[in-house]
Amino acid sequence: MNDNASAPAVGITANGLDERSLYLRRLVVRALEGGGRGHVGSSLSLIEIMRVLYDDILAYRPREPQWADRDRSILSKGHGCLALYAVLADKGFFPLDELDRFCRRTSILGGHPEAGKVPGVEASTGALGHGLPIGVGRAIALRHQKRRSRVFVTMGDGEIDEGSVWEAALAANKHRLSNLTALIDYNKIQSAGRTSAILDLEPLADKWRSFGFAVAETDGHDVNALRGILRRVPLDPDKPTAIICHTIKGRGISFAENDAEWHHKSSISPAVIRDLYAALERS
Amino acid sequence: MRQTCVNMIFELAKRDPRVFYIGSDLSPDITARMARDLPERAFMEGVSEAGVVGMGAGLAMEGYIPFVHTIATFITRRCYEQVALDLCLHNLPVRLIGNGGGLVYAPLGPTHLAIEDIAIMRALPNMTVVAVSDAEEMRRFMDQTLDWPGPIYIRLAKGGDPIISRAENGFQIGKAIPMRSQSGASVALISTGIMTRHALTAAEMLAAQGFKTNVLHVHTVKPLDAEAVRRCVDGVQLLATIEEHTVVGGLGSAVLDSLIEDMPGPLPAIKRLGIPDTFAKSYGTQDELLEAYGLQPAQISATILETLRLMKAA
Repeated sequence: MNDNASAPAVGITANGLDERSLYLRRLVVRALEGGGRGHVGSSLSLIEIMRVLYDDILAYRPREPQWADRDRSILSKGHGCLALYAVLADKGFFPLDELDRFCRRTSILGGHPEAGKVPGVEASTGALGHGLPIGVGRAIALRHQKRRSRVFVTMGDGEIDEGSVWEAALAANKHRLSNLTALIDYNKIQSAGRTSAILDLEPLADKWRSFGFAVAETDGHDVNALRGILRRVPLDPDKPTAIICHTIKGRGISFAENDAEWHHKSSISPAVIRDLYAALERS
Repeated sequence: MRQTCVNMIFELAKRDPRVFYIGSDLSPDITARMARDLPERAFMEGVSEAGVVGMGAGLAMEGYIPFVHTIATFITRRCYEQVALDLCLHNLPVRLIGNGGGLVYAPLGPTHLAIEDIAIMRALPNMTVVAVSDAEEMRRFMDQTLDWPGPIYIRLAKGGDPIISRAENGFQIGKAIPMRSQSGASVALISTGIMTRHALTAAEMLAAQGFKTNVLHVHTVKPLDAEAVRRCVDGVQLLATIEEHTVVGGLGSAVLDSLIEDMPGPLPAIKRLGIPDTFAKSYGTQDELLEAYGLQPAQISATILETLRLMKAA
């Protein structure tokens, strides 16, 4: 829906990722190389969610990031920002070579995204549980202004341990915010380990349903499935939507998949960068 | 003051389509008129401070001016990270209204006493902190809230507080009001909120004892009017700050910070009068707790006289 045509998907590789998904992951690795650090697993589980939102769903103008009628996409799990940066750079919100300065003193791209600094970033996030309450306020505002713009808030699974998420979920239901969609990157691993062991979220779909959301579940790496669901939102014309995206932490890097050790790396050597690129070649 | 504040939001909302009101589980009589006349822009939300501050931030990001209202302790302590990040980091024009600043909720105990609200709010970049002295000053202040950039924390007193502010003094956010200026004054009293009334009474008592006394009303604790502070203390022997707030980080600390940075000559002796670094240990009324902390006018006056006596003896 945007005016900046994206590369079409071509041949699906052995582990189910097509060239565009691999390309976006290579941009993530490029930023990891630039900064020598970053949230690896948390970004790689998000790639297809960000890709489908920006390729197929959201209305926006990269050269006019504050265009009033854009859809608002808030990455509430700010630590997944490398996935967002990759997509925003690819779409032309800022030059690709900004990725090479990730986390450096002169860069606009920090370890968590900041609104006002990074074109296309709608809210400064990083502390968890802030995106959905902000999204509720924006959805109320956009409806009050009678705009067709929608609000998409992407959260992590560990993030929704936060009580503020559920305060906002109650309010989204009260105000019948059908222009609000919550996406949950359900990779089932938070910083300390498996979500099922740290603070079990199940039954997750029932939780959102009981909070008044219309709920869908999908494979969060299946581009066609994501596209199909997101094109149908709101899933109920009177309710906010929640989409539980079952994902794999570290997806696309075989040795990082489903490994909490790869949630964040604070020092990534050139040798590891080579391994990351190689893993994506082999995928 | 509280009803005036809410009435003013209603007036502002009628005047300006950007104004929203978000209450968090407050008595319906406070906001009944607004809910009836402007239902699209007046919400009574649940007991969810983090949620409503985030909601206010979201509205402000889309061009609105939300007034988010609940009990002072809850809107400062409970959702501090939302205030810091959603409002201050994004520098959004959300107005936080805190009922019962200070010792208003004395009978309800320490969970409800907002005695460090000014300290924690003023620690945040971009935040403006305002505690007016009475309902009429509230009216003059609220008129200016539409155009002030960034978030504001508005500390409310009990209501029905005697009127001491004067229309001819005007009101400007960030500009302190000299309530009493005497040439050759030996004592300066700097106060905020309803304590300015007590400061004025104490100043009269001191004058009766032969001590000329200045009184500066600092309705805006942040940004602090450093120039007015300097002028008020220039040449005095003793400065006392007076606040219905812990002495940790409130008005007294703000004034000291400013003087240490900006005062060219030697500083006067300084006394910070407020609540000691402790949770309240008893109930009773606001007046009784003020007395327990030595903050009634006669006590303020006596403390200053005793300090002056000790200074003279030293």
